[in-house]
Amino acid sequence: MIDFRNIRIIAGKELRDSLRNRWFIVFTIAFAGLALALSGLSQPSGTQLQLASYNRTAASLVNLVLLFIPLISLTIGATNLAGDREVGTLTYLLAQPVNRVEVLLSKYIGVAGALFTTLTFGFGLAGMVLALQGNIQDAGGYLFTVILAYLLALAMLSLGFLIATFSFRIATALGGALFLWLFLVFIGDLGIMGTVIATQMPVDAIFWVTVLNPLQMFKFSSILTIQANLDVLGPAGLYATSQFGSSLLPLLLVGLLIWIVIPLGFALFLFMRQEKLVYKGVAK
Amino acid sequence: MIVANHLTKRYAKTTALDDVTFTIEAGESVALWGENGAGKTTAIRCLLGVQGFEGDLTVNGVSVRKAGKSARAVIGYVPQEAKFYDLSIIETVRFYAKLKRVATTRIMPVLEQVQLTQHQYKRVSMLSGGMKQRLALAIALLADPPILILDEPTANLDVAAQRDFIRTIKILNQAGKTVVFSSHRLDEVLVLASRVLVLAGGKLSFECLPHELTDKLGLHRWLRIWVNPTHHQDMRQALDENGFRYQMNGHSVFVPVAGNEKGVPLWTLQQANIPIEDFDFVSGELLIGQDVNHD
Repeated sequence: MIDFRNIRIIAGKELRDSLRNRWFIVFTIAFAGLALALSGLSQPSGTQLQLASYNRTAASLVNLVLLFIPLISLTIGATNLAGDREVGTLTYLLAQPVNRVEVLLSKYIGVAGALFTTLTFGFGLAGMVLALQGNIQDAGGYLFTVILAYLLALAMLSLGFLIATFSFRIATALGGALFLWLFLVFIGDLGIMGTVIATQMPVDAIFWVTVLNPLQMFKFSSILTIQANLDVLGPAGLYATSQFGSSLLPLLLVGLLIWIVIPLGFALFLFMRQEKLVYKGVAK
Repeated sequence: MIVANHLTKRYAKTTALDDVTFTIEAGESVALWGENGAGKTTAIRCLLGVQGFEGDLTVNGVSVRKAGKSARAVIGYVPQEAKFYDLSIIETVRFYAKLKRVATTRIMPVLEQVQLTQHQYKRVSMLSGGMKQRLALAIALLADPPILILDEPTANLDVAAQRDFIRTIKILNQAGKTVVFSSHRLDEVLVLASRVLVLAGGKLSFECLPHELTDKLGLHRWLRIWVNPTHHQDMRQALDENGFRYQMNGHSVFVPVAGNEKGVPLWTLQQANIPIEDFDFVSGELLIGQDVNHD
């Protein structure tokens, strides 16, 4: 039986802890600074140029999100739980009248709240600059991109928590998170490119292999929101637009939601099972 | 109040608890005695319902397996070394008070009870081991639970802090709380326990009264007697003639004594007109196997 009051209490503490975490503060400042710099670079003069400038800024923000958000979400998700486990605070917390589902969910919600704060701060500053320059032609599209960034952050956080359920030391969790980040951001793309060249992969297969990566889902859906087509993404983008048309964006959103729910569900399952498992002879 | 039937806990190929059955009545103070690896902490983890187990376990009539959270609600738990979040004492207590559904008006009396009121704004990371244990006790007492479970609560405390802590637990037990604690300190068990469950290799070896423990385990309490070196020869002769085993160590002698015969060596030396400068009792298990020098 899940007690939502427990979830609120622990999530509130996790949110406060995360916002006081010095690495989180550094990240927030860095993200906001870069978002601000990118938005400040647009120089509006004339409607056509303004539109191009907005698109360029939004695309730059998407690239910033693709690099930064997975890094912070994966690492903070993985180290939050593993850190509590290594230090011993988790064992003490679990000895109180709470259950494992409440603990994991509340930690997830608390950290997600901190990530949302960071994203809102960064995107908010950038949006304000763009608005002051009279440079937001599509405020709805901009807000939708922010929502997509939230979803990406949640997906990465779910993967971070999944890593944490396998890790009993902060260093292991951090290593796993960094490896997954490298894989998703760089190695995955390079691997697909290499496979495409080596195997002459058909365009539909390229698309499906590409969008298996949640980062690519975010990228496809963001560009679709900004430009209304995926021409810029080459054959895979053209294939996706022609094959799925207006249902592509909902499909990508469902894909992102699956990347949130499945890893988190698996993490919950493993975390609940761990009271029956043993790692190095000690049940944590 | 606590009933364990055929409690078993297996870790892969290791059996940490093997078919352990016991009952603890309300108001008792029961010691779980055993060496490291005997299964004490595993038994406590099972009582708290934080790990799976085989067999049946009920706390206050609640099945720990089916309703672990409800069982934990009637238990105050003090671990060997409590680990807290990086908050102040008052923030920490407030956090756990919310989780235990305890009114905020309860916080200050509990802090007063464990003498932490004047330190309430200190960060937990700045506290000594003794203060951290008192904080853990404060949290354990927040909801005024009928059962206190303590896992080697004084293991990391200095002698003075140990004495204070044990005194506090003794008072709580006398006030009606059921106390279950693990220990391998004889003095602690003798002062605090009303009954001892002896675990060995995961099995419940036997149970006994605290004063029976030394004999049942073949342990000794050691009487340490200080005598002026000019009388050492006479003292050794008196002890030899009366059949005492002993070990010399500098100016003092260690004599193993049974629970009901602790004064006999002193009486023997008095009869031999050997002036005794001082004496003390030492838990025998600490000496067994150690190299105590002979004169």
